[in-house]
Amino acid sequence: MKLLPSFLIVVGAVALAACNNPDRYGAGGAGAGAGAGGPGAGITAGVLGDPNDPNSVAYFNQRIGDRVHFAVDQSTLSPEAQQILIRQAMWLNQHPNYTAIIEGHADEQGTREYNLALGARRASAVQQFLIAQGVAPNRLQTVSYGKERPLAVCSDEACYAQNRRAVTVIGAGAGV
Amino acid sequence: MIRTILAAALAGLMIPLNAGAQPLRLELDQGVIEPLPFAAPAFVAETPDAGQIAQSITQVVIADLAGTGLFREIPPSAHISPVTSFDAPVSFADWKAINAQALVTGAVGVLADGRISVKFRLYDVFSESQLGDGLQFAGTPADWRRIAHKVADQVYARITGEGGYFDSRVVYVSESGPKDQRLKRLAIMDYDGANVQYLTDASSIVIAPRFSPTGDRILYTSFETGFPRIKLMDLATLSSRALAELSGNMTFAPRFSPDGGTVVFSLEQNGNTDIYAMQLSTGQTRQLTNAPSIETAPSYSPDGRFIVFESDRSGTQQLYVMPAEGGEATRISFGEGRYGTPVWSPRGDLIAFTKQHAGRFHIGVMRTDGSEERLLTASFLDEGPTWAPNGRVIMFTRETPGATGGAQLYSVDITGRNLRRVATEGSASDPAWSPLLP
Repeated sequence: MKLLPSFLIVVGAVALAACNNPDRYGAGGAGAGAGAGGPGAGITAGVLGDPNDPNSVAYFNQRIGDRVHFAVDQSTLSPEAQQILIRQAMWLNQHPNYTAIIEGHADEQGTREYNLALGARRASAVQQFLIAQGVAPNRLQTVSYGKERPLAVCSDEACYAQNRRAVTVIGAGAGV
Repeated sequence: MIRTILAAALAGLMIPLNAGAQPLRLELDQGVIEPLPFAAPAFVAETPDAGQIAQSITQVVIADLAGTGLFREIPPSAHISPVTSFDAPVSFADWKAINAQALVTGAVGVLADGRISVKFRLYDVFSESQLGDGLQFAGTPADWRRIAHKVADQVYARITGEGGYFDSRVVYVSESGPKDQRLKRLAIMDYDGANVQYLTDASSIVIAPRFSPTGDRILYTSFETGFPRIKLMDLATLSSRALAELSGNMTFAPRFSPDGGTVVFSLEQNGNTDIYAMQLSTGQTRQLTNAPSIETAPSYSPDGRFIVFESDRSGTQQLYVMPAEGGEATRISFGEGRYGTPVWSPRGDLIAFTKQHAGRFHIGVMRTDGSEERLLTASFLDEGPTWAPNGRVIMFTRETPGATGGAQLYSVDITGRNLRRVATEGSASDPAWSPLLP
């Protein structure tokens, strides 16, 4: 068990946008890196960069869009989602030093374990699409958070729609 | 006269009930509408230093019995004659006069070695007779609540003919923090919310702990590695280990087999979730389902022969039963809506589940063939039933909506009566009830 003082947990949460660690939600980040065979240990600060710089992670997150959304209890990719993912794949293909972890999420309208499985389905749908677009499979991992990490906290469809998502989280590659 | 004295602390206490006529009997299967009135005057302190603990034990016995909704306490203010000596004859007329059908008397003393001794007797007031033998328990003062629960379990069992459930524990997830950054940690408590102990810190998400059949280990799912993985914790040492290194992204939804030797769980690979079973001694793993749909939430029948689980192979979440070694599954849920989180009753007769229909969540029970479905609760979000050791009560998570919403534990009788919140420090979810403690 990795024990970190609570202030580090807060740092981890605050820094998540700038953080290349796959476990953006907990202090178990080092383990996440090790388990994933992904980026290095601990809570590391990644460079987001300028969203106007097409080579930056900020550009990927904000201009391309790091997430796609799903219909209730579905994992099929809408035409809009596919457009975003095509551009994600292009960026990833142009920046081979980066890896990514795809997070699948569900809204709260479902039982906890089913939603974990549903989030995995969504993350996998994105992963398979990106692979079909030429991204090397070993650069992409998936994780499901089920309904554990909603983005929007109201209990109606406006929030649920935002929570049914798969987020492509860019991690540091070998060269970073 | 107390015929059974058990000096060994809390060891194997099952005294055979008198097989003769027992006029005082609550038949739970007939649907108890009127709670049975009982009196439990303060247990007599038999040594000078036992006064406070005698009071406390009496209060826990009363709370256990009254908390079932099956019994109603007649308060001491209504009692006519005080009980000042455990062995003095009972003035049945005084208890009949206030319509106390059952009378529990007790005495508490501190023994020479520092342990406490707790004696009790149960009387059927209207037949003016004792119901079962008097019993004596001994244990350390720290065990006073457990001893009180054991007394209440005896009273419950003698009057209902069913096993008790008060001397049991609940492992659950303690929650804090805002909804989008909720901190979760494992905790364990007595069934009534007392004696909380935290088992993990809040550094990673943990979900759905489950007891081993002997109550000394728990399985749970942790995000400690960044990815959901099943862990096995020894409650005596709080040490935990990953269940196994398996290929695939995610292992979750674990449960023990009734003999404790096997863990059934879900494993996700490439977005597809199926059910597997692992022998704990060898780590040998066997795939039990093989379908492109989601198969999860497996739960063994108490005889170990079958597994009930949920699958969306029909297009929506439904419940299925298959042989424990895998094979053809039979769908058992056919009502409107979605069914998940099935749990086989320890008595073997019922399956509890979560049902979603028309925007509401319900906890319900059905026979193991899916017949006689009964919904016990309804709310914005009820989920994850767990059975009391005697199969008469279900505990579950109820969550309220919105940004300020939170999860709490509730319990309900399998008749749908006696819905009540279980006291916890702060928010709580994913309860799992232990077997009756030894």
